[in-house]
Amino acid sequence: MTNKSYALNYEEPLLWEHRVSDGCGVDLPVPKNTALKTGQTARETIGWPKLKEPQIVKHFVRHSTKNFSIDHGFFPLGSCTMKHNPRLNEKVARLSGFANIHPLQPESSVQGALELMFDLQNWLGELTGLSGVCLSPAAGAHGELAGLMTIRRAHELNGQGHRKIILCPDSAHGTNPATAAMCGYELRVIPTKETGCVTLENFKEALGDGKDVAGMMVTNPNTCGLFETEIAECAKLLHAAGGYFYCDGANFNALVGKVRPADFGVDVMHINLHKTFSTPHGGGGPGSGPICVADSLKDYLPVPCVIKTNAGFKLETIEDRPSSFGRLKGFQGQFGMFVRALTYMMSHGKDGLKQVSEDAVLSANYILSKLKGEYHAPFGDKTCMHECLLTDKLQKEQGVTTLDIAKTLIENGIHPMTVYFPLVVQGAMLIEPTETESKEAIDGFIDVMKQIAKDTADGKTEELHANPQTTPRRRLDEVKAARQPILSAKV
Amino acid sequence: MRYLPLTQQDRAEMLKSVGVQSTDDLFKALPKADNYDLPDHQGEMEVERFMAAFASKNQAANEAPFFLGAGVYRHHIPATVDYIIQRSEFLTSYTPYQPEMAQGTLQVIFEFQTFIARLTGMDVANASMYDGATSCTEAALMAMRITGREKVMIGTELHSHYREVLESYIGSQNCHSDAGLDPAEESLLEKLKGDPSALPQDDSLSDIAAIIVQSPDFLGKPHAYADWKKKCDAIGAKLIVVITEIVSLGLLPAPTDADIVCGEAQSIGIPMSYGGPHLGFFACKQEYLRQMPGRLCGETVDADGQRGFVLTLSTREQHIRREKATSNICTNQGLCALAFTVHAALLGEEGLKQLARLNHERACDLADALSQISSIKIVNDTFFNEFVIETPMGAKDMCQKLLDKKIIAGLPLDGNKILVTATEMTTDEDINALIAALKEIL
Repeated sequence: MTNKSYALNYEEPLLWEHRVSDGCGVDLPVPKNTALKTGQTARETIGWPKLKEPQIVKHFVRHSTKNFSIDHGFFPLGSCTMKHNPRLNEKVARLSGFANIHPLQPESSVQGALELMFDLQNWLGELTGLSGVCLSPAAGAHGELAGLMTIRRAHELNGQGHRKIILCPDSAHGTNPATAAMCGYELRVIPTKETGCVTLENFKEALGDGKDVAGMMVTNPNTCGLFETEIAECAKLLHAAGGYFYCDGANFNALVGKVRPADFGVDVMHINLHKTFSTPHGGGGPGSGPICVADSLKDYLPVPCVIKTNAGFKLETIEDRPSSFGRLKGFQGQFGMFVRALTYMMSHGKDGLKQVSEDAVLSANYILSKLKGEYHAPFGDKTCMHECLLTDKLQKEQGVTTLDIAKTLIENGIHPMTVYFPLVVQGAMLIEPTETESKEAIDGFIDVMKQIAKDTADGKTEELHANPQTTPRRRLDEVKAARQPILSAKV
Repeated sequence: MRYLPLTQQDRAEMLKSVGVQSTDDLFKALPKADNYDLPDHQGEMEVERFMAAFASKNQAANEAPFFLGAGVYRHHIPATVDYIIQRSEFLTSYTPYQPEMAQGTLQVIFEFQTFIARLTGMDVANASMYDGATSCTEAALMAMRITGREKVMIGTELHSHYREVLESYIGSQNCHSDAGLDPAEESLLEKLKGDPSALPQDDSLSDIAAIIVQSPDFLGKPHAYADWKKKCDAIGAKLIVVITEIVSLGLLPAPTDADIVCGEAQSIGIPMSYGGPHLGFFACKQEYLRQMPGRLCGETVDADGQRGFVLTLSTREQHIRREKATSNICTNQGLCALAFTVHAALLGEEGLKQLARLNHERACDLADALSQISSIKIVNDTFFNEFVIETPMGAKDMCQKLLDKKIIAGLPLDGNKILVTATEMTTDEDINALIAALKEIL
């Protein structure tokens, strides 16, 4: 059953459900239908629709009206850094000299692109204190894999190939253990439940004699929104035992322009250009996940990095650096994202980036200070970094859960925070306001959160359970979707 | 700075609420750095000028005749595509974890999955992968999970980057380099008569999880799949078909014999952009659904019984399954999948077939023109929109001499061979300019 359209709310069927037009939405030259040299017969049917351009424009514009975006309103999704995406970045990435160049063009014809990549490598090296930079990984998880493969290669070439353990706290993003497994590593979990952090004591226990440990993967600031204060000490012990420290850079927005990860012992780190450096999330990508490494790991980075030679800028090959573990992506990475990220960095400069992390951290602490009365804040006695963690512990007693709170935020035109993550905290709500929200917007969010807490205390649970009510669709049946999967149009 | 809306007064009020004197108090447990060797902020005008200077040092494909392909193709993108993908609601939204706020993105993904499934002749397709090379690797890993085997065989000429990525993930020792099964293996297949259980346990073929067939292959030759499927069935392996030029599927038969079809969909809606972001796609038969990597969007109903869409079957994925997930992939290529979906909708059934024909005809025109030069040999008997030529000169030298005339001739291969490509963007003037330049050089 599907509702009728009303007022500005349009119901839009699938492309295939529209009345079929003749022809199509492009006017191409008419083929001559000469004899084929493909060695095969021509395909007869594909099953694609037949519509004209105006129908298609309306179709996608109507779809767009059913989305919430950063440009709409407050989007405090923890660990995702939903900051303003400047349009200047988009304009620059579309310059013909960037958009219309081919990745296999002779290097002499793309010196500007290579120089831009070289500049971006330098910016990232300078900001992290890790001067070996490879831009090619396609997203954060791909950067994690690049980082672990770099570590694995270093161990293998140094007679340490027997090291098979990666230490990882239980609060880690799911991509960390998944990446370790993909890289053939076994996981040893560091418990963090009590303090939200990796303590020296728990780390030592996990490390043991360290002879079989390849490295550790830690997000810092971590997924509870806290800076890992003992991690530098842990890193020293890890290094002494022959392991490397991989830092997940998802939360770099708390540190950028203010703290160099190398200064707390990091050997490898990926950077999410689509988080810290404002390239758009695009409804689920494209991301970009360059990795930065310490001098000790430079030789093992994937290819290609951009190098400067007397003859100009050049993409390295495996022959230039045979100790590299190889290639991890076709061509040289998400170049369009490099253009956007460097545009953003140039706009902010080192002074602006410092203000970015300061404002991001201040905003999160402000929210924490305003809400820790109404909501349980498991680590509320500590200073948080760029995101703060609350739970539904107080509301659950009244039958209102994190899910209800999230869905009520939706009804109020605010995107929910990250919910039920990190897994180590029950009913977690991880709130990341970012530096690009005004105090007015932040106060608006605080007011709604306080109202939800009040409505819960007043026993308006039925109402909260029913939210959202005025969205194009109300709560969706996810169990049905998984039990009877329908994954493409059946028309 | 224009991206930072907090005022000094806001900051003072917020610090007071937090109960600290200055922002530095919030960072006091952290090792502080303040000696960055980087420039200070600049205005929009200055940054634009700075970045435009980089762009002007590159030779864009529209500046001179251009015949390069090899996995990335220069096609026309209708104006509508960029207009739609720049709408805030698509550009600045997140992965649709909150479906009530993302029905637009979700329905687009559902339509994208439908386009890919139908084009590839497969039952299901996912929401996208990073690019063709990683998609090919994920297909190999999936075949390894399904079969419990550790090696793959590369059946036709595979794009070198795809192969290198595959080797990084699974180890070069696990990639058989044979282009085609060697004669000894052919005779073994004969003996097996389609019964893989008759394979000797220690035989190298009993380890093969999949045969990877790129078509058109890296050298431009289209392949038929039925014989490859027979070989796969004989040794109990899966057939992975890799497509790097997705427009070809508007003219060539759908690879319905495959178990998995994967590759690169940049050709529809996405600029070359020096190699990325592009669009990996991944489709397979229904029976392997639960082994698929990446995100899937499914149809369901909401609390009022209305049709809606959600991300589904996420128990395969890293955020639920952690180290037991089918892949570590999280962010994929959402906006590129949207660009594809808009362009694919515009093309539709008729437009894609027409576009594919045009590509082939332009390549035929290019081949005809080149074959007029007696010292140039067309190596391919068959092709879609690219093929190999042999010239009397070293390929790199030849390409450099043409570049001196601003012509980007193609990809120099070993020896005297060059891989050249034509698309609907190739004009008669481009072809004439190439021929004239070649005549001058040779």
